[in-house]
Amino acid sequence: MVRERFPDQVRYASCVEHVIESAAVAEFLVHTLSLPAPLAYLLAALIHCGFILGLVAAGAVVFIWAERKVSGRIQDRLGPTRTGGKFGWLQSPADGIKVLAKEDLIPRAADRLLFRAAPYVSFSSSFTAYLALPFADGWVAFDTNVAVFFILAVLGLEVFGVILAGYASGSKWSLFGAMREAAQVVSYEVPLGICVVIPVLLTGTMNLTTIANMQAGWCSNWLIFHDPFTFAVFWIYATCALASVNRAPFDLAEAESELVAGFMTEYSGMRWSLFFMAEYSSMLLVSCLAVILFFGGWHGPIPVFDWLGWAYPGGASSWQLTGFLANLAGCVNFITKAVIGVTVMLWIRWTLPRLRIDQVMTMCLKYCVPLAAICFIGALWWQVAGWWSPNHWLPLRPDGPGGMRETWVVAPEAACGEVARRLPWADSAPPHGAARRTLPGCGLAGPPAGWRTGSPAAARGGVQ
Amino acid sequence: MSIINDPRVVEFNIRTDEMLINMGPQHPSTHGVLRLVLRTDGEVVLGAAPHIGYLHRCAEKIGENLAPRQWVPYTDRMDYLASMNMNLGWALVVEKLLQLEVPEKGRHLRVLVAELNRIASHLVAMGTYGLDLGSFTPFLYAFREREKILDLFEQVCGARLTYSYIVPGGVTGDLPQGWLQNCAQFLQELEPVVDDYHALLTSNAIFIKRTAGVGVLPGEMAVNYGCTGPVLRGSGIDQDLRRDGEPWYTSLYDGYQFAVIVQKEGHYPQDHDYPAVPAEAVLGDCWHRFYVRMLEVVQSMDIVRQALDKYAAAAGDCGTPIKLNHKLPPGEAYLETEAPKGQMGFYLVTDGSAIPWRVRARSSCFANVSVTSELCRGCLLADVPAIVGSLDIVLGEIDR
Repeated sequence: MVRERFPDQVRYASCVEHVIESAAVAEFLVHTLSLPAPLAYLLAALIHCGFILGLVAAGAVVFIWAERKVSGRIQDRLGPTRTGGKFGWLQSPADGIKVLAKEDLIPRAADRLLFRAAPYVSFSSSFTAYLALPFADGWVAFDTNVAVFFILAVLGLEVFGVILAGYASGSKWSLFGAMREAAQVVSYEVPLGICVVIPVLLTGTMNLTTIANMQAGWCSNWLIFHDPFTFAVFWIYATCALASVNRAPFDLAEAESELVAGFMTEYSGMRWSLFFMAEYSSMLLVSCLAVILFFGGWHGPIPVFDWLGWAYPGGASSWQLTGFLANLAGCVNFITKAVIGVTVMLWIRWTLPRLRIDQVMTMCLKYCVPLAAICFIGALWWQVAGWWSPNHWLPLRPDGPGGMRETWVVAPEAACGEVARRLPWADSAPPHGAARRTLPGCGLAGPPAGWRTGSPAAARGGVQ
Repeated sequence: MSIINDPRVVEFNIRTDEMLINMGPQHPSTHGVLRLVLRTDGEVVLGAAPHIGYLHRCAEKIGENLAPRQWVPYTDRMDYLASMNMNLGWALVVEKLLQLEVPEKGRHLRVLVAELNRIASHLVAMGTYGLDLGSFTPFLYAFREREKILDLFEQVCGARLTYSYIVPGGVTGDLPQGWLQNCAQFLQELEPVVDDYHALLTSNAIFIKRTAGVGVLPGEMAVNYGCTGPVLRGSGIDQDLRRDGEPWYTSLYDGYQFAVIVQKEGHYPQDHDYPAVPAEAVLGDCWHRFYVRMLEVVQSMDIVRQALDKYAAAAGDCGTPIKLNHKLPPGEAYLETEAPKGQMGFYLVTDGSAIPWRVRARSSCFANVSVTSELCRGCLLADVPAIVGSLDIVLGEIDR
């Protein structure tokens, strides 16, 4: 496997290799517990799987509980208070047991095979997307250079489960729900894709770990504050994400006042709850994606761990307790931000009425797509022209102001710089704030030379 | 007929067929057991036929076997969201037959509870309309305030929904101690909350998008179909039985100041700063019907305030309910009252015995629901709950 100086070059490696390579857990097992390497890697892979499944399932369960509590508070009532003693914290497990014990009804008119398969399609696709989602620096099961792509693609598969469910139920209401979902999700993937491409454009990579690490430091370094267009595009992303995970006011596929329960009408028991879990986990997923793309991922508003010197320094080659703690705090930071995003989704759901299908489509095609495209061009222009960015407000790393400003060499940015140099109005003097950069057009701060750009293990791997 | 002339062939050889869908009687947004048979082409509704009768309980036939006093609980169960108004309509028509006047104090008490119940009914209409449009929270906000009205009624008559409070001849009992203060306090609490309702629904951009220009009921059509109440006034027809009704009914409101809520020259009569009519709204659409109800809540609050003062000032008793064996003089009587949902008429034919020979109820919702098929023609599937919800029907009253 070739690892070049440019971390963003596509690496041709199997998933397994990636999982193993990026496994800090495996290193811990090998170095600290002195386990044989193959066993350690196997154990680490299992632990990763367990982590992700557990985290996502727990996340969904917690959000279902949170939805009850949040909606209760919004609606001037208490929500669950008794199940499990205080705060009704056992409500979701209790619901789970109830759902498990329910009869699994399959209507006579249903296509039995597809009817049974549909929930798994939805559920597994929204869970699979978590494979490529980093929770902290290097804490990712599948550290791939096309993580953004992977997540969008796999999340898009969820709609297949819904369409299958609607078709296989043999109910007209289900069919309506499925058709709505198909139209809506397929349409909203377009502006969502454009929105997601903008941070990718700015950072020059699709590797989520790298994207997040490039926003290290103060919150002014977050991509949402990069330029007005990224600020605008975040709101478009939020709208499209809401629509593509079918949350109110875009929950047309399961609009209970119109379609009874939409595509879930004929489902009961565990199959129904799989759809439910899929919905909540994709909510969390788009929220996590927003945090990484726009809000610095696990890099907090204040770079505490950089001051402390705990974060893994560039070129770190072994497991360290301080680095681990910094990562742990980063993970908590990351999840906190994501949870805030989900809470806003709940808030919106319990405040707004539902849009009509034609209004949803109009909003997508007439507003979201053009606006996202304009933002795309605007952000590109900003980058090419090398204009001032709020990213320059605060020093970014403790190793001195501008420490991060060195060109973080990526081919697209180099190309941008080349284009900028050839623009008719480009003069020889570097644009504002570009003094600290070696190439014009690199508005975004990158890590200093030697700073890890991928996962820690990947950086430590060096040329192999 | 060649395939080219077939209107269902839209392009090439693709045939799009119509689909018949049963919306109800078990459907979350048909407000009970209304059944709508929708003829749809994709999301577009080509026709909607309301089917009623799922809640038929032979109330009128039962009325021919009971004394008027005994039939009062059956009127409760007609519009069960405004039982006081149902009781009032029945009590007044029996009193009209008997030419029995209730004392001054009883008159104000009747206005008081009837208008309070109108507020409760409109709050439910507002909340469930939010539900129909996918907004859950206004429903609970509305029910929170309605709960206080139910508490007040519970203090009055012990029941929270089926009051049987206003009976021919009077009421079942006078107000308890301290009730007037409780009622005044409730009105004080309701006042600021109405602004919340307007913020959550009336002026919400999505709400306006969903309701303005949807289900437009022209005034002429409303009259032709016999629509009444807020549905009629939402179409710009200036008619309110509290002002325009028979003297036997309007005398109840003698000395009360109130303006009929209807749009005149583009304005609604209102003394509060509530949201203005949005540019998209067309007179007679769902938004206007909703808005009329919202303004009627404030109007009723005002009437209740007046009634509180008048009741406190009036001397004497509230009237004596007639006996079960009270002989009804042979004859007939018909009286329409302004119930929250529209004009509720009761018809009574007697043959000299204590039991009516014929009882008939004229339901406002029955007429209101009949415009559904006109309004739903050509709308989208999602507009059907919006339209039916804006008519604010109660199936208990339609089917009786």
